[in-house]
Amino acid sequence: MGTDPLFVQIKSHIEDMILSGRLAPDDQVPSSTQMVKFYQVNHLTVLKGMNMLVDEGIIYKRRGVGMFVCADALDRIRQARREGFVSAYVLPLVREARRLGISHAELLSTISHAEKEDTIHDNHATD
Amino acid sequence: MTTTQQTETLPLATLNNVGVRFGKTVALDSVSTSIEPGLIYGLIGRNGAGKTTLLSLLASYRRPSTGSVHVQGDDPFEDAARMSLVHFVFARDVSDESDTVEETLKHCARYRKDFDIDLAMDLARRFGLDRKKSLSELSLGMQSAVSAVEGLASGAPLTLFDEVHHGMDAPSRNLFYNTILDQRAATGRTFVLSTHLVSEAAYLFDQVLILHNGSLLFDEPQDTLLERGTTVTGEAGAVEQFTADKTVIDNKRLGPTAAVMLYGVLSDQDRAAAEATGLECAPASLQDLFIHLTEPADSLTKGGTHEINPA
Repeated sequence: MGTDPLFVQIKSHIEDMILSGRLAPDDQVPSSTQMVKFYQVNHLTVLKGMNMLVDEGIIYKRRGVGMFVCADALDRIRQARREGFVSAYVLPLVREARRLGISHAELLSTISHAEKEDTIHDNHATD
Repeated sequence: MTTTQQTETLPLATLNNVGVRFGKTVALDSVSTSIEPGLIYGLIGRNGAGKTTLLSLLASYRRPSTGSVHVQGDDPFEDAARMSLVHFVFARDVSDESDTVEETLKHCARYRKDFDIDLAMDLARRFGLDRKKSLSELSLGMQSAVSAVEGLASGAPLTLFDEVHHGMDAPSRNLFYNTILDQRAATGRTFVLSTHLVSEAAYLFDQVLILHNGSLLFDEPQDTLLERGTTVTGEAGAVEQFTADKTVIDNKRLGPTAAVMLYGVLSDQDRAAAEATGLECAPASLQDLFIHLTEPADSLTKGGTHEINPA
């Protein structure tokens, strides 16, 4: 993930804010200048990430005001992320487990254990 | 092109094939560029590349030996209205100036009609400047801050900063960068920053101008420029094989791992081929590209030639 292009990372950060409920439908998304300052990433790069979110129906533009979260943004992000879940998370996990000599049973029990012990829950994590 | 031309905004300033000579020295050699409104330009180049000379032309501080300079479509030289559109800020010697910070800024407000004195005084406070101190009493960093405030608050449509922020400490530079972004967002002003602090200021630049030995090596949007450089990392043999027919501008080895910087846009097939052999392709940073595109060719240890064709 760390090697994703910057505009993809910015897009993911905004999606994360929506997934965790910190940005709700019709909330205003931070302005591009705010994001340039925050991420210290070029304006064009920020716009590229935001334009992708517009194209995917996750945020929308109100002329002269700014960008806002679409009503069904959460569903769209979840759908898209589910499609990439195996390649982005499961495969790296399985590969690392293999490199470390972690058995199949051990891996499954580690996952169950982590699920129980994890105390961090985003607002939408259980709905 | 012809039908869409009328909707395009006019450039704020243009350099048309300008050359500048000092005696036998060529400071600038047939440089052409166009400064578009609302953008932040990064002007980078090694010492003596011609950065200050280029800025002096835009600011009508000097005339070119050949070619022409236009500001809003016409020659700005000795045209007061056009000259006032451009504000050139550079570190100047203030060691015998007895005016205080406040007097200096108020003086600016008198001779520049768009100067925002409230913004200037607020910025002076945020830069930690004592407004009652005379300029000669200030440290070099604080003197730079005064120059920066003059430029940030000038309201000039085109503001040129020539390494002004170099003497400032890191928090002050951060305030300087943020204020440029705010000004651009609020007023659509255009900025050209000449700097050696490439890696820390790179995020500001929409358009990058790289000057090298008096010639403009690059003049393009930063993302387009960055696509020209890729660092390929992986097992040395595989890296060597992949990069054999490409232009190598840097070469690093760490045991069995090699990291090679390539010049030239990689095709999708190239990327797929690299990934298929377990190589990782990452975009080069502006600083890396700048370093390796402007260093003497003989400093390369191996790999392709150093012929760079920006066309």
